[in-house]
Amino acid sequence: MEEHEVLDRIARRRARTARRITDARITLAHGAGGRSSQALLESLFLPVLSNPLLAPLGDSAQVPIEGGARLAFTTDGYVVKPLRFPGGDIGTLAVNGTINDLAVSGAKPLALSAAFILEEGLEVAELERYAASIGAAAAAAGVPVATGDTKVVERGKADGLYICTAGVGMIDERVTLDPRLIRPGDRILISGAVGDHGMAVLMARGELDLEGEIESDTAPLHDLASALITAAGDSLRCMRDPTRGGVATTLNELARAASVSIVIDEASVPVHAAVLGACEILGIDPLYVANEGKLVAVVAPEGAERALAALRAHPHGGEAVVAGEVRGDPPGMVLLDTAFGGTRVLDTLAGDPLPRIC
Amino acid sequence: MRHVSEYRSGEVARGLAERIAALVEPGQKYKLMEVCGGHTHTIYRHGLEDLLPEGIELVHGPGCPVCVIPMGRQDDAIAIAEQDGVIFTTFADMLRVPASRGSLLDAKAAGADVRIVYSPLDALRIARENPDRETVFFAIGFETTAPSTALTLLRARAERAANFSVFCNHVIVAPALLAILRSEGLALDGFIGPGHVSTVIGTEPYEFIPREHRKPVVVCGFEPLDVLQSIYMLVRQLAEGRCEVENQYSRVVSRGGNPLAIRAIAETMELRDTFEWRGLGFIPSSAMRIRDSFAEHDAEVRFTVAGARVADPKACQCGEVLRGAIRPWECKVFGTACTPEQPIGTCMVSSEGACAAYYNYGRLERRRGAGVLAAG
Repeated sequence: MEEHEVLDRIARRRARTARRITDARITLAHGAGGRSSQALLESLFLPVLSNPLLAPLGDSAQVPIEGGARLAFTTDGYVVKPLRFPGGDIGTLAVNGTINDLAVSGAKPLALSAAFILEEGLEVAELERYAASIGAAAAAAGVPVATGDTKVVERGKADGLYICTAGVGMIDERVTLDPRLIRPGDRILISGAVGDHGMAVLMARGELDLEGEIESDTAPLHDLASALITAAGDSLRCMRDPTRGGVATTLNELARAASVSIVIDEASVPVHAAVLGACEILGIDPLYVANEGKLVAVVAPEGAERALAALRAHPHGGEAVVAGEVRGDPPGMVLLDTAFGGTRVLDTLAGDPLPRIC
Repeated sequence: MRHVSEYRSGEVARGLAERIAALVEPGQKYKLMEVCGGHTHTIYRHGLEDLLPEGIELVHGPGCPVCVIPMGRQDDAIAIAEQDGVIFTTFADMLRVPASRGSLLDAKAAGADVRIVYSPLDALRIARENPDRETVFFAIGFETTAPSTALTLLRARAERAANFSVFCNHVIVAPALLAILRSEGLALDGFIGPGHVSTVIGTEPYEFIPREHRKPVVVCGFEPLDVLQSIYMLVRQLAEGRCEVENQYSRVVSRGGNPLAIRAIAETMELRDTFEWRGLGFIPSSAMRIRDSFAEHDAEVRFTVAGARVADPKACQCGEVLRGAIRPWECKVFGTACTPEQPIGTCMVSSEGACAAYYNYGRLERRRGAGVLAAG
C-alpha cells in the first residue's frame, strides 16, 4: 500500500462521525473531551437517548416554544481539583461555564440552577466562600440562580464538593447558529489568548515544582456574544466555547460537523508568555488546554472585519484575532500552518493530558 | 517565552533550508536517523520535513523511552500495581501502554491505586505521606532521567523511606545504536544524535560510530531550528567527506557530560548483563538495575514479578519501526487496528513514538503539494 492510501484511510477514519466504545470500564480518558469522550457519547448514550433536540449536540439544546421563539437549555457538572485557583473557584466556574454554554448558542441567559454534592467533613466556612462566589458571579453576570439542591455523600466520595448546574436562555431571534452552515472561505475568530484556565488549575494543584503567574480566564461571555451577534449579523455561522480539549478539539468538532477543513495559522493564535512557558516545560500544546472565558466564532468573510472589531472593543475580547479559515478539502480535518513554516494535522487527542480542570 | 521563539523563527529556518538544499547532490538520497523520540516529535509538530529537499529522508530511531519497554516489563508493572496496599506511581506516558491484559489505565479503573507523577521525588513524597503503604515508582527512560531516579534513591536512603521502591527500567542509548548499526539492510548515512541524554553522558560515548562504523553523528537540541541545523551539519560532513561527532547542542552538552549525574547513577545502579528492548530483542549491557546495596528500594527484590518474556502481538511491527527498517505507515496495522485510541504497539502510545507522531500530525504537505494548502 502506498503512503497516500494509508493517509487517505486515516483521513476517512478521522472524518467518520460515529466512534465505538471498546473499553470494559470507564477511565479518566472518557471524561477528557477527546476521542474517548466522543466514543462514550456516540456509542453509549446517543443510541438510547436519540431525539431531535439532542441530535445537534451543541452547547445547548434549542427547544422551540410557542410563538416561534426558541429556548436554549443546557446542563453541566463541575469537578475541578483544586476547588480554588488563581482567578476563580468552583463557584465562579459553575456560573460562568453554564452562562457560556447558553451564550455561544446565541441565547440571553435567563436563569440557572445549582445542585451541590457535598462531602461529609467539608468545612462550612469553605462552603460559605464558594456559595458567596456563586452569588457574586451570578450578580455580576445579571443571571439569577433560580433553583438548587443539596446532597451529602460519605467522606472520601466527592473531593469536597461537586456542583451540577443547568441553565435556560432565550435565543436571539436575529441569528441561526449551526456548524452545518459553515462554508469554505469562512474565517475562524478566537476571542483572546488560549490555555489560561487549564494551566492556572494545573499550577494551583501544586504537584509541579513550577511557579508562574497564570490566572484562569473564567468569565461570562453572554455580553461579548451579544456584541458579536449585533456586529456580524447573518454572517455569524456559529460560536463555541473551547473548554475541555481546548481550541483544537472545538475546531475538530466543527470541521466534522460541517464536513470542511479548517486551517489555523499557529503564529496568529495568542498565548500568554507564562502559559507558553509552562506548556513548553510540560510538553503540552496550548491549543489543547481548556479555556473558560474565550469563544471561537466562525464568520463569513464579508462579516469578519466587523466581527473582529466588535470582539476587540469588548473587555473580554481585547486580544481577539482571526486565526484561520475554512477550506473544502480534506473534509473533517483541522490543519495547522506552523510558525516554523510547515503544515501538519491538528487532531483530536485520544485523551486529555490534564484531567479534571472544570 | 522569548527564548523559545528564537529557536522557532520561520525566517531563519528558510535560510537554513536553502543552505541544506545547496549542499545536497541532485539525485542522491540521504538517509538520516534521528535517534530521539523528542526529535521525532519536534520534526512532526513543526512540520519540519516540509522544509527539506526531496533527497533527505528522516528515519525514526529507538530513542523513545516508552516505546522500547517490552510487553513483559509492562505486565510486571501492572502486576505490582495490582498488589494490595501498593501505590503505583508513573509518568503519564506509561498509562496507556498496552500489556498482555489491558493497560495501567485499565488496572486503575479496575481499582489499582495508580497515580501520575512528574518526577520520582513526587513519588517519594507520596511514600512519606502514606507510611503504612508501599509506594513504587515506575522508572523508565534513558540516561536523561536516570540521574533523577538515582538522586531519589539516595534521598530515600537518607530518609529511611522503608516503604519506597523503584521498578527500574532505565536503558542506555549507545548499545541500542550499536544494535542498529549491526542490523542488516539499513543503509543509514548519519545520525542526529540524542540531546538530553548527552547532557548527562557527553558526546564521547558516540565516538565509536564514526571511528568504527564510518557514520557521522551530530548531537542535537530539541527546538526545530536545532534539528534543521544538525541536518545541515550532517549533510555538510557528507559533502566534505568528513565523518566525526559534532556537537550542535553545545549550549548544554559538553564532551565529558555531567560528572555529578554520572556519579549518582553509578552509586545507585549498575549495568544489567542484558535487557530486552521492544522490537530490538535482548541487547547486552544495555540497561541499569538497582545495586544490591540499595536492594531495600528495589521493587524487583521487594515484589515477586513474573519477569517473563512476552512476545509482542503478532501484527505489531513496532520493532521494525524502532529500528528504522520500516516507516510508520508501512506497518500492517497502522491506522486500522492500531490507532492512538486503541494502540497495539508502544510506538502509537507515546507522543515521542514515531507512529503516534505520524498519525496525529500527519504529512499532508508531501502528498498534496505545497500549492494546495498554501493557496487561498
